[in-house]
Amino acid sequence: MSAIPMSHSAEPWSLPSRGRVAMLSLIIGETALFTIFVVAYIYYIGKSLTGPTPQVLELPIFNTVCLLSSSVTIWLAERQIERGKMGPFAAWWAFTIALGVVFIVGTGMEWHKLIYLDGLTIHTNLFGTTFYSLVGLHATHVVVGLVMLTIVLLFTLTGRLNPSHNERVQTLALYWHFVDAVWVVVFTVVYIVGR
Amino acid sequence: MADQTLPIAGTLDLTPPRIEERVSVLEWLHGWVITVDHKRLGILYVVYSIVFLLVGGVEALLIRIQLAVPNSHFLAPEFYNEMFTMHGTTMVFLVGMPILFGFANYLVPLMIGARDMAYPRLNAFSFWLTAFGGMLLYYSFIGGFGLYGMGAAPDVGWWAYAPLTAKAFSPGHATDYWALALIVSGFGTLGTAINVIATTLSMRCRGMTLMRMPLFVWLMLVVSGLTLVTITPLTAAQIMLVIDRYLGGHFFDTQAGGSAVVWMHFFWIFGHPEVYVLVMPVFGVASEIIPVFSRKAIFGYPAMVAASVGIAFVSLGVWAHHMFTVGMTSVGNTFFALSTMLVGIPTGIKIFNWVATLWGGKIRFRVPMLFCIAFIFQFLLAGLTGIMLSAAPWNWQLHNSYFVIAHFHYVLVGAIVFNIFAAIYYWYPKVTGRMMSETLGKWHFWLFFIGFHITFDTMHFLGFMGMPRSIYTYEPDRGWNHLNMIISIGGMIQGIAVLIFAWNLIHSYLRGKEAGNDPWDAWTLEWSTPSPPPVYNFSADPEVRSRRPLWDLKHPDDPDWKYEQ
Repeated sequence: MSAIPMSHSAEPWSLPSRGRVAMLSLIIGETALFTIFVVAYIYYIGKSLTGPTPQVLELPIFNTVCLLSSSVTIWLAERQIERGKMGPFAAWWAFTIALGVVFIVGTGMEWHKLIYLDGLTIHTNLFGTTFYSLVGLHATHVVVGLVMLTIVLLFTLTGRLNPSHNERVQTLALYWHFVDAVWVVVFTVVYIVGR
Repeated sequence: MADQTLPIAGTLDLTPPRIEERVSVLEWLHGWVITVDHKRLGILYVVYSIVFLLVGGVEALLIRIQLAVPNSHFLAPEFYNEMFTMHGTTMVFLVGMPILFGFANYLVPLMIGARDMAYPRLNAFSFWLTAFGGMLLYYSFIGGFGLYGMGAAPDVGWWAYAPLTAKAFSPGHATDYWALALIVSGFGTLGTAINVIATTLSMRCRGMTLMRMPLFVWLMLVVSGLTLVTITPLTAAQIMLVIDRYLGGHFFDTQAGGSAVVWMHFFWIFGHPEVYVLVMPVFGVASEIIPVFSRKAIFGYPAMVAASVGIAFVSLGVWAHHMFTVGMTSVGNTFFALSTMLVGIPTGIKIFNWVATLWGGKIRFRVPMLFCIAFIFQFLLAGLTGIMLSAAPWNWQLHNSYFVIAHFHYVLVGAIVFNIFAAIYYWYPKVTGRMMSETLGKWHFWLFFIGFHITFDTMHFLGFMGMPRSIYTYEPDRGWNHLNMIISIGGMIQGIAVLIFAWNLIHSYLRGKEAGNDPWDAWTLEWSTPSPPPVYNFSADPEVRSRRPLWDLKHPDDPDWKYEQ
């Protein structure tokens, strides 16, 4: 055995990116958080004793299209920064933010209608409680995501972001993809199954 | 054989001279507040938890004084409810979790040959969130009814069943402090869990493959993964509770169609895996200490890893065994009874492996080892009563009796607290550079051991005799008088033992004898550094080739990597 030269240092040694590991861990945790709210929503469907029912909801098709396409645009932005093209990156990134803002404004308009036209607030009945908390929890995540995306955009526009930050940008994009994926679940549960 | 010398940094380095700089108290304090060093944060976690261990212990003793004799009025009934609520909440959230994550903070980077955690600033942030959560909870003593009235701590039990937590039944802010404190410290825990996972997976030194990691690191990795999916449901449930209380929501409002049982499910979806979040780190502690004091490598390393991962998965599907008496379908009862019994298999593997490590070893009965050996047998008993309670019909008879209290205190004290003490005795020389007093340690062990058995063995019988948990007092004609008195005496003995321990901690810090790098002749990387380890731990990245890098270094003629696969 001792005749074998122990040049272990030549062995390849690679470890997973810590950013990606941490973000995936956060996503696992967030998934559990959303699961509890989704379960509560499903369990309480049709259990309201008074007040408006889910029939007052309208399918937010335009909103959904905007949010889901923002996943595509952020992916296009990721590809641009990988190739080192900061101009197109900034453009796709800004477009992603715009789509997210449209989604949030759309949600705001929907809530405005529900509150003032249909008289549904968080304490009206069980439907109101579960609807606003589940959709609101998701909207909160969109807002947090938008804040972080905007910070990256500001760094890009001031020239502080360069292609070497590629991995960090992709880690953040992972969060945005997650927020979009959660919307697919929320949309299905709230607007299709629950209506 | 020169090419076989492992460049484990730290062993070759002399301890850097510790210049006794004269710093003002304010500078010293500032240094601790702004620190992002994983070792200092680990110490902060542990000190914070020990302070709350004393507070929670005082609360337990107040409960025991109240229950020592029948028809007692030592405490007011409301205050008694506050005491058992705060005792449970404190011990789980302000002692158990922070102290174990504190150990992880201190030890994981050292054990895997890293210079710090993956996210040092997130680490500091998580600690201060946790600390703020604890202060928020205890502030309720002053601000529970608002600043104008008399203060009140939460009094809804640590499980806080609905609808007692509704605004109508728990007015004032005490319950809100409880919910917010747990949300805040929950975020802190989540941050630490993410940090530990990222550190373990992405910061290992060269050669530290997953199957060469010390078992403590493995267990912390599993626990952190479990924490991700355990703490977040609690946070979700607390957010719902706060929505109910502040925004007039109806999640748990039975008057408006809400369900109190949903709270129970959500709480125990957190609450049961939480037990494993607390107990698995101490499995790791035992798996480090038992081999070193038996002078043998751990028996069945791969089986230990597999069993840990197995426990984590099984633990996610057992929560409703807390709810047999609520009334479930027979399918539900059967499922949760069987899944709970299933936990016994991986746990049994672990106990078997610890005993097999002891078998034929050259056992040194130092204080850490005494605590670990007591742990093995107490944990076995706790597991056996657990299997008894998992049988639904048995559970219907004994649920919410002192038998249940005895069972889970056997786990929480008999297993977890015993091994927390073992860990402190074992790693104290590394952290402070000084040995803890062996004499005081033996006094601590034997008094605590005797007190523990007087208290918690007796509680089983009290449970059989029908005494329910969380009651304020009892009639003298129930036949519970003597046993309750015995339990309270045992509690006092444990209190004395903990005071000896606290004295030992302080006394040894000032007067203990110098420890040197490696007082126990151990095998994991942290013992290759000076005691206490310098900032950034290693001057060069170490490289390992087996599970016992220091064994390889001390025995170049017979290294482990020749045999390990």
